[in-house]
Amino acid sequence: MANTMKSSAVSLAGKKRNKGKSWTSQFVRNYQLHLFMLIPIAYIIIFNYVPMFGIQIAFKNFSPGKGIWGSPWAGLVHFQTFFKSYQFQRVIVNTLRISIYSLLVNFPLPIVLALMLNTVRNARFKKTVQTVTYIPYFLSMVVVVGMLVQFLNPMTGVYGTVYRLITGSASYPPSIIQKPGSFIHLYVWSGVWQYLGWNSIIYIAALSGVDPQLHEAAQIDGASRFKRILTVDLPAIIPTISVLLILNAGSLMSVGFEKVYLMQNNLNLMQSEVISTYVYKVGLTSGMGNFSYATAIGLFNSIINCILLVLVNWLSKKTSENSTSLW
Amino acid sequence: MLNKRSKAEWFGDSINVMILGFLSLIMLYPMLYELFMSFSVASQVAKHRGVLLWPLGFTLTPYRLVFAEKTIISGYRNTFFVLSIGLVFNITFTSLGAYFLSRKNVMLFKPVMIMILITMYFSGGLVPTWLNVNNLGLYNTLWALIIPGAINTFNLILLRSYFLSIPDSLLESVFIDGGGHFTALFKVVIPVSLPAMMVMILYYGVGHWNSWFDALIYLRTRDLWPLQMVLRDILIQGTDLDIRGEELINYEQLQETTKAAIVIITTVPILMIYPFLQKYFIAGLMVGSLKG
Repeated sequence: MANTMKSSAVSLAGKKRNKGKSWTSQFVRNYQLHLFMLIPIAYIIIFNYVPMFGIQIAFKNFSPGKGIWGSPWAGLVHFQTFFKSYQFQRVIVNTLRISIYSLLVNFPLPIVLALMLNTVRNARFKKTVQTVTYIPYFLSMVVVVGMLVQFLNPMTGVYGTVYRLITGSASYPPSIIQKPGSFIHLYVWSGVWQYLGWNSIIYIAALSGVDPQLHEAAQIDGASRFKRILTVDLPAIIPTISVLLILNAGSLMSVGFEKVYLMQNNLNLMQSEVISTYVYKVGLTSGMGNFSYATAIGLFNSIINCILLVLVNWLSKKTSENSTSLW
Repeated sequence: MLNKRSKAEWFGDSINVMILGFLSLIMLYPMLYELFMSFSVASQVAKHRGVLLWPLGFTLTPYRLVFAEKTIISGYRNTFFVLSIGLVFNITFTSLGAYFLSRKNVMLFKPVMIMILITMYFSGGLVPTWLNVNNLGLYNTLWALIIPGAINTFNLILLRSYFLSIPDSLLESVFIDGGGHFTALFKVVIPVSLPAMMVMILYYGVGHWNSWFDALIYLRTRDLWPLQMVLRDILIQGTDLDIRGEELINYEQLQETTKAAIVIITTVPILMIYPFLQKYFIAGLMVGSLKG
């Protein structure tokens, strides 16, 4: 730190000599610059670091009257309560089930789409398919889940009307949305609709950097189209794939709050309660006194996430020759 | 060389194009479904079987009902407030921070940068964040949706990498003319970073437009709800719309066509501007990926 200050002072002096500026104008210049930073820094401290200090309530019995610093210490009680509670296993299993299933489906499909799009010769068609496939990304989560509910409405939705067309019956089918087992499939496959196109963009960009001469050479050697995809295109995007895989594997223990919460109902709760929704319910909906408990669960989750990210990163450094790593 | 295709390849290509075409139709259909549904007459919806491929009849009743709904109007009003004021905060704060971080030889660069990067990987979590916002007196005000999220670390880093690409000579000319950093930022850096500014406006703007979780945890009063919270209430919680009029016999169906109209009028604004801004979105995505 002293070094930085020294070097900036040196460079200041250097500039001063070079341009013959007066000391005051130099001061005004950098005073403005540091004033600039004051606002964002104050902001980051207030809205990012103050909550980080608030994490200590995970180890306390927080009561709003006494405040964060004044509440009595409780040690690891809240963590122990969580590990022993019947919810512990349920929310962890659900979280992992949803994120692994989601990863298995949502990770490879954009790669397949990108490889398929890359072989299309008609630029216009390619562009149209791209545009259409990433429209859903811009819809809000509320609208997406709302559309899902409408679609699967047993009376007026596509599900209901097609069911009646096929079976010829006049009665309505049972509701899918309320069937506990269907939650995870609806979650994952509606996710494909939302993110397929958007997630393929990065691969399409990587593929556009492939030298056409490689393809020509392979073609002269008699490689078929499919073979060229496997031997020319796929290796070109392997680095991109590994970085994204690391990132995804690092977030296995975090399932986004929004969609799960919106898709939850009393009937599918056994399958759909994940860590983030549980933290919300414990902390902010069930009255006072559970702040500490909810914070403890949240902290447990973010520690696991950090460990996972570091672990996966370390593993990929160990295994791959050209050391794909995040940092 | 590449233009000659064998029969097998031609066959493969056709299959490929067919699959992609079919995929696009599937992707598009849910949107079309909402569109058709929103113009359909409720009594015909009740009788319909099979996939909806065109509007059943034609009526504007659902749209009339939507615009008569008070919560939707107030939702739009609140969202526009948060969007416009929020963007001013977002852009100003993010630009200030990004400009500082893009200068060479600034004091305390490294500690500040580390401090900022930590926030990308670690946060206080839901409850401490909520308590903090509460303690600051923002609870149950629209400011709770504007101020806490004013700087997004990812966007800050994104904008900084764009600012870094601006040649120093451009700024030196300002300083030689006696201008300070204030002039440099607002007269030179921001104007020449128009594409990056568009990306910021889009990322933050779409964020404001689509967000509802902050409203869920910070707003108690219904009158303050932004549009997405109102939508959640109607589309997902199934709160019935206040419907009166000629088509009441098919109440359930009318509810559904009206919901479809709501989906249409709340997504069309975003989808309309989207083709024009598409290239900026993707540009932003690419800059972000370079950093990673």
